[in-house]
Amino acid sequence: MSGSKVGLEVKNLRVVYDGFIAVADTSLRVNAGESLGIVGESGSGKSTVLRAICGLAPRQSGTVQLIGQSQDPLPLPGSKPFRRLVQMVFQDPYGSLHPRQTVDRILAEPLAIHNMDDAETRIERALEEVGLGTGFRFRYPHQLSGGQRQRIAIARALILEPQILLLDEPTSALDASVQAEVLNLLEDLRARRGLTFVMVSHDLAVVTHLCERLMVMQRGQTVELLSSIDLAANRVSDPYTRTLMEASTGFRRGSEEIGEPA
Amino acid sequence: MTGLSATDPVLVVDDLRVSFPNRDGGRFEAVRGVSFTLGRERLGIVGESGSGKSQTGRAILGLTAPEGLVTAKRLEFHGTDLLRCSPRQRRELRGGRIAMVLQDPKFSLNPVMTIGDQVVETLLAHTRISAKEARAKAIAALEAVQIDDPQRVYKLYPHEVSGGMGQRAMIAMMLIANPELLIADEPTSALDVTVQLQVLAILDALVIQRGMGLIFISHDLRLVSTFCDRILVMYAGRVVEEIAAGGLADAKHPYTRGLLNCLPRLGDNRHPLPTLDRQPEWAL
Repeated sequence: MSGSKVGLEVKNLRVVYDGFIAVADTSLRVNAGESLGIVGESGSGKSTVLRAICGLAPRQSGTVQLIGQSQDPLPLPGSKPFRRLVQMVFQDPYGSLHPRQTVDRILAEPLAIHNMDDAETRIERALEEVGLGTGFRFRYPHQLSGGQRQRIAIARALILEPQILLLDEPTSALDASVQAEVLNLLEDLRARRGLTFVMVSHDLAVVTHLCERLMVMQRGQTVELLSSIDLAANRVSDPYTRTLMEASTGFRRGSEEIGEPA
Repeated sequence: MTGLSATDPVLVVDDLRVSFPNRDGGRFEAVRGVSFTLGRERLGIVGESGSGKSQTGRAILGLTAPEGLVTAKRLEFHGTDLLRCSPRQRRELRGGRIAMVLQDPKFSLNPVMTIGDQVVETLLAHTRISAKEARAKAIAALEAVQIDDPQRVYKLYPHEVSGGMGQRAMIAMMLIANPELLIADEPTSALDVTVQLQVLAILDALVIQRGMGLIFISHDLRLVSTFCDRILVMYAGRVVEEIAAGGLADAKHPYTRGLLNCLPRLGDNRHPLPTLDRQPEWAL
């Protein structure tokens, strides 16, 4: 199934909650096999973009579509094949796994929903792929560490053999050493399976490590689109991006006037 | 403030141990012999989850869970032996002379009380003043943490303010009784990077102005190293290394070095990232 790689294109996406414009006319394009990072503060609408792509947030206007070389028409958003191809990994592995389901059941559920056969081998393979042995199969989430939980969340997304992975702050709830392990795992999986990533994070260093291009958002709008290489070389044009860059280097005495007060 | 000279240590911790019962009848030691002396300075305690850094802070304040056992050769705050205090004395110290800022304002502020009322409550618990005076002081405290319109924020409930604002309100609440020691347990981890720095700048200014001792507990080695005068690195309940501010590059312990090394850096092309290879002897 799904031999050809797919990318994603979002045009003029607008998400409105009760009159509050969470995302205002944002467009983005990720080619097959590419990875795009979205950075911004909380409330900038970065997570909402991901949620709108996979149908968890209502789209008021704008289009989401898959792009690829395939001859057959690609599935439309909201359809079952689309949801199989586009999977999401959430921020907090403490909140995104069902506390009363074993790992086995957590991984079996997406397979049942999408009528995929051979659940047994798929579950074993998925666990193997994220670096957890089959010994973890009948554990409950509370018997796992944060890093192990996030691996299960990644396994749950990968078990459907998706082409696009939407990552919503996949490492921000994890310790630094565990973060490195999860980032390596994601990178390795991407190389092996030719996945397309859209990753949201507030940490510029993490985003530039994993993504070639990034998009900076502020108050629902795209502020700047740039490549990771440009960012690392300090070639940024927008003052907000610069503020974020400076903030990521740590605290400086006498630099009280960073950004406007909230 | 008290009539103690500036050179007197604010806090002396010698061989602090905190243990909890585990399932098979034994005890698990979360903190295993931590010792340090704190003057009027900013001390950072860094470690990963489970390293015992938060339990160290909680033990100093007397907030260890009831089943936990705290022992130490010395645990003194301005000459007061904290372990031999009555619960009443401990209560008076807590929030009065020793205060604590917690991680997430969403969970650590009372959701059904306005911010102003919470600040006033702290004040009334520790000083005898009229309600009117307390209100004026609370507003002044909110102003001191750079809240623009303190009159308005005074009347708001925690869910009506942003994370950064909530954290400033908590700092205001903690500082209103003029503590001599402030323990900040991951005070900025739930905040955005830019807001994080604003909150740190406020904390920094207040610590300097009031000559408080500050214990800053965090998992973020790089942030702490740019903020504190001295850093203790904890691993498995022990202090494995003490580093002076800015001396992060000269860290000697393999754990500290490994921890620093596994962080992705801007403009750095390391694929895959080095991971931390934990050695069993670090935990000895």
